[in-house]
Amino acid sequence: MTARFVRIAEENRQAVEIEIDGVRCAALEGDTVLVAVLTRAASLRQSEFGDGPRAGFCLMGACQDCWMWTSTGERLRACTTVVAAGMSVLTKPPPEALWPIPA
Amino acid sequence: MADPRLVPSQAPRVVIVGAGPAGIRAAETFVQAGLRPVVVDEGQVSGGQIYRRQPAMFRRSYATLYGLEADRAKAVHASFDRLAGQIDYHPDTLAWNVRDGVLHIAEGGLAKTLPFDALVLATGATDRLLPIKGWTLPGCYSLGAAQIALKAQACAIGRRVVFLGTGPLLYLVSYQYAKAGVDVAAVLDTSSANGQMLALGYMASRPAVLAKGLYYRALLMARRVAVHGGVTPLQIEGGEGVAAVRFRVGGGEQSIACDAVGMGFHLRSETQLADLAHCDFVFDADLGQWRPQADQDGRASVAGIYLAGDGARILGADAAEISGRLAALAALKDLGRPVAEAELADLRRRQQTMGTFRRGLAKAFPWPADLAKSVADDVLICRCEAITAGELRQAATGKGAPELNRAKALTRVGMGRCQGRFCGSAAAEILADTRDETLAAVGRLRGQAPVKPLSMALMREGGS
Repeated sequence: MTARFVRIAEENRQAVEIEIDGVRCAALEGDTVLVAVLTRAASLRQSEFGDGPRAGFCLMGACQDCWMWTSTGERLRACTTVVAAGMSVLTKPPPEALWPIPA
Repeated sequence: MADPRLVPSQAPRVVIVGAGPAGIRAAETFVQAGLRPVVVDEGQVSGGQIYRRQPAMFRRSYATLYGLEADRAKAVHASFDRLAGQIDYHPDTLAWNVRDGVLHIAEGGLAKTLPFDALVLATGATDRLLPIKGWTLPGCYSLGAAQIALKAQACAIGRRVVFLGTGPLLYLVSYQYAKAGVDVAAVLDTSSANGQMLALGYMASRPAVLAKGLYYRALLMARRVAVHGGVTPLQIEGGEGVAAVRFRVGGGEQSIACDAVGMGFHLRSETQLADLAHCDFVFDADLGQWRPQADQDGRASVAGIYLAGDGARILGADAAEISGRLAALAALKDLGRPVAEAELADLRRRQQTMGTFRRGLAKAFPWPADLAKSVADDVLICRCEAITAGELRQAATGKGAPELNRAKALTRVGMGRCQGRFCGSAAAEILADTRDETLAAVGRLRGQAPVKPLSMALMREGGS
């Protein structure tokens, strides 16, 4: 998939390894999850209402269009969550069997 | 005169929501008066949106980040940094409800309460949007989003970007992208040059700001960016993502290829907390929006609640600084503290100039109400739950929804997880138009707690 966002500066930052849909990749320290995903992919998730892929909209935590999932079943808002080493995010919800979220 | 009901026997508990220009100036004012305010900030670092700070490890200069506003941004940031140790600062914290003199916050997975004697709401604004066919496609973002990507993450939202909408932010963000070397395919303004000529008289009240606007345009022209006025946007085209913008201008139809769109039509205030605090609202006919009622210093209709910045009334960042200070001074006065009347008078006078200028902006770049009213039936108005304009029209007539909250109950427009922030303006226009009512008559979406989604895993502080 083609990357949607383009980095135009500040590329001289420490790499942070995260997983996107189980694939290991390098983000940069200070990236939001949204940026880490969209600098390598074209969308973040599918709309639950069947109208296609979504890639966020407001980037300021207001529209809630960028919700993704962690591999342990929690939701996260990709535009306000900063990447951390070892983070594992999913563009599709994990299997229902994970509900309720393990403590 | 101090309000005896408001003067507490111990040091007053002062809480500020927001750490943008308004919240920062309010905090500074309380500290100068010898108080220790609590500052609740949804951001991870202070600054708010327009003066949003980049993460600590980023290295770009103030001039690169804020351009003509660099000195202003630097001054606001420096003022906040000087308050360290004199305020209780809660970054990355959501204020999600106000009830009976208590602010409810969620911080680090814990639900906490902050009882207050004075609460300053400096909650800011988001982009004001209306739906255009295809606006849910990946690659379509709000103007604010385009700016945040650039400032806070050093990213462009695409390789070739069309900016679409109206208002000062349209030109500012287009300029910032062009200056950063991004290919700006076009700037499409729904307003026409006629309105801008008519509004010059108002906008001459702040000649320096008017000059900045002209400078942004000149730079876009110098870079040979196509700038069209009087545009009717028709569709954002694409399959799995944005591929082109189709629009009408001067009687002809055009399509411009691009892989991203930044769109917005001015701003709308974040008023949910004022609503939950039971503040009265007034309809602002100039803007076609409701806002919490406040006196000239920012006192809301509920004792102990003060409103400042764009969350109270969309007047911009400079006005936000003034209103933040005014609101804090009003609170101090009500708490029985001495306040210099001469300074109040001066701040009020400056704030009036801001109001005159803003009226000019609203005339120069009018909210395109007709565009919202004429959204086709098959266009998604609700991004959260994919509800069409046609479903809303059907509820308006077939099911007899007389006002927005009833329409929301019947259609779920405004009930999704953005809670009406992005559909509300257009929904009001469509409902009013379909029912042949005024915009004021269909009312406004009531604020609901929590004002943003909370995690199911949220724990009460001290609870088990």
